Amino acid sequence: MRPDVESPPHFQPSGTLSGTIGESGRRTRLVRGRAAGDTVDRARTTEHLKMPNTVYFFGTCLIDLLFPRTGLAAMRLLERAGLRVIFPQGQTCCGQPAYNTGYRDEARRVARAQLDAFPESLPVVVPSASCAGMLKVHYPLLLAGTADAARADAFAGRVVELTDFLTRVLDLRLTDRGPPIRVAVHNSCSSRRELGVADATMELLRRLARVELVEPERAHECCGFGGTFAIKQPEISAAMAADKTSAVAATGAAVLVSQDCGCLMNLGGTFARRGGGPVIKHVAEFIWERTSHDD
Amino acid sequence: MTTEFRLAIGAALGRERVRANIRKAMDGLVSKRAAAFPDADERERLRDQGEAIRGESVSRLPELLEELERSCTRNGIQVHWAETGEDANRLVLDILRHAGTTALLKGKSMVSEEMGLNEYLQHAGIEAVETDLGELIIQLAGEAPSHIIAPAIHKDRAEIAALFREHYPDQPPAERIEELTALARRVMRKRFRGMTAGLSGVNFAVAETGTLCLVENEGNGRLCTTLPDLHIAVMGIEKVVARLDQIPPLLTLLTRSATGQPITTYVNFISGPRRPGEQDGPRAVHLILLDNGRSRIRLDPELSATLRCIRCAACMNHCPVYTRLGGHAYGTVYPGPIGSILEPQLHGLAERGEMAEASSLCGACAEVCPVRIPIPRLLNRLRFEAVNAQADSPTLGHGSRRLAGQAGLWRLWAWTCAHPRIYRTLTRLMTALRPLQPTRIKPWTDTREAPRIADQDLHRQARAAGFTDRL
Ligand code: SF4
Repeated sequence: MRPDVESPPHFQPSGTLSGTIGESGRRTRLVRGRAAGDTVDRARTTEHLKMPNTVYFFGTCLIDLLFPRTGLAAMRLLERAGLRVIFPQGQTCCGQPAYNTGYRDEARRVARAQLDAFPESLPVVVPSASCAGMLKVHYPLLLAGTADAARADAFAGRVVELTDFLTRVLDLRLTDRGPPIRVAVHNSCSSRRELGVADATMELLRRLARVELVEPERAHECCGFGGTFAIKQPEISAAMAADKTSAVAATGAAVLVSQDCGCLMNLGGTFARRGGGPVIKHVAEFIWERTSHDD
Repeated sequence: MTTEFRLAIGAALGRERVRANIRKAMDGLVSKRAAAFPDADERERLRDQGEAIRGESVSRLPELLEELERSCTRNGIQVHWAETGEDANRLVLDILRHAGTTALLKGKSMVSEEMGLNEYLQHAGIEAVETDLGELIIQLAGEAPSHIIAPAIHKDRAEIAALFREHYPDQPPAERIEELTALARRVMRKRFRGMTAGLSGVNFAVAETGTLCLVENEGNGRLCTTLPDLHIAVMGIEKVVARLDQIPPLLTLLTRSATGQPITTYVNFISGPRRPGEQDGPRAVHLILLDNGRSRIRLDPELSATLRCIRCAACMNHCPVYTRLGGHAYGTVYPGPIGSILEPQLHGLAERGEMAEASSLCGACAEVCPVRIPIPRLLNRLRFEAVNAQADSPTLGHGSRRLAGQAGLWRLWAWTCAHPRIYRTLTRLMTALRPLQPTRIKPWTDTREAPRIADQDLHRQARAAGFTDRL
């Protein structure tokens, strides 16, 4: 699982520094997703993204209130890669909780506020595949046929999930400064099946020389979070979380990482209750800590 | 439904043995499917084809059904239309009474389950004899199917052996799988003798040729449809396909997705009753076309995708909720992901709407569906319809799950999130009140610790760390 060569910590631009990206935001079949075969939503490809020098950061409400360290770590990773990172103070929540509960008018109201908060034609980097999926796949559906349809389409074309951005756009090279460690990865369902970017987290972690990567048994299976599902169907959700935490514990990993804080909150909370288990970290925070000098 | 469903979930999760049986069986089916599609490109091409063929069926449904009726009639199959399950039951009974029959051989048919046929016939004094092994097992146990292609999947070998001992005391004891199937075969063969009427489902009906296509692995379907003088086939109207050349891709998708088989042991093409000079086959074939809400489902351009389903059960085999609950917890004819989109539409959101909530929207179902039904998207849509109070929706029971209090809370939430200043004030307040955060937040903390609110939100931390607000 370990890479053969250690790469320099600074990013090697693979594209041209053009500043912005195309507006087209075309709907195409996700090329990478084809390898996994069964991509649910054929998300827009981000292959056309050129190397930007400025990006927006969408922190997500969960990170905002509960895990701000993760958000900061992600922004610092981007900044260290040479990018100017803008954090619009006007951002709030992607609207997914209301959308998945059936309250579409309410979700639409919140969606419009996000469109307002990210007006420039810059990439919008999102440290959550679930929220990125909402912005990228569902905004165009939610706002289709409204006055904001074109705006939603263009916005969706600019949205990139963080790990996807770090690997595919920045081709970020990492120097591992931590001791040897075994890390379990939980890829969120959105990363796997909605955006087809699950391999990006694995790819990133493989660039850390002293990290041994493991995937728990039934890695493809949902952890049972599902947003309001955890509240509306608590027994099933808990049964799923119990199985997932057991599978993670069985790997003997010291750390569990994911690209989604929702899953981590569910699994971390379950581990905390059952006792023991690995340290829980968002992949951005884990990478930041492993690669920053002061650690 | 709400409380019943919740109780059933609790009970189902507590039944360790059933859970283990189901999980084991589903793992087997999942790996068989995976092995049956070694070439991902071919699989995806086939799924494209499946989606297109079944999409055509649904979009051209009225004309295809008329064509099917003409073709079948030409072949000597008598076609009947049933608007409801009750109508279909009555039709079956009339046909049986007319033929003077008091017992009916049955091949596996989910539509007959939907109709509640066995019970109906029992009240009318007609015995329905299930001939599919799984159906036989649950009939002996007095249960309903827990899976649409493997109705007794929740039972293990020991339970089946005990059931057979109890019901067939004169038979030599059977423990091993071969012994059990041999026993069932001996018992069933005797039942076939002298029966004058058989009933089957239909996997696909070809409009162009008037052919009924039926797949099975036990040969009981063939016996039910050829041995008795009378064959009655029941099908949901959506099972029609336009042309015979569309059958091969659908068949391979169906059998590979369902059990991982390249093809089933028996594939029956039924094109009419016995013709003059033929030695066997039924003397009369009837086809009952059941609507039961399907034409209403078809009215919605998005939800009509539900009707593409070919009942392969791959969605339930791969579903993390189904594999933990089993089929019975749903309390419906169709369980799992397909049930969660179909049942609320067939019976209305007021009664079955909670099924649409019993999903984490993980997408495992849609990832394997051979006809690419976007199940999570349809679940999301049904959740919307459940609280959609506007009058123009064709979905039964739309708006019925809207609670004023809940709607008010979402409005308040949306107002907060649509006004960044208010949102920021609120998060600031929440971080300030962090020491007062409750440690018990039900139902989250029933099985988990609550996450702790940060001492400072990201908005402020980002600003403090020098990240700019705009270009
Ligand atoms: S919804 Fe798709 S996967 Fe599920 S039974 Fe129908 S065809 Fe099979």
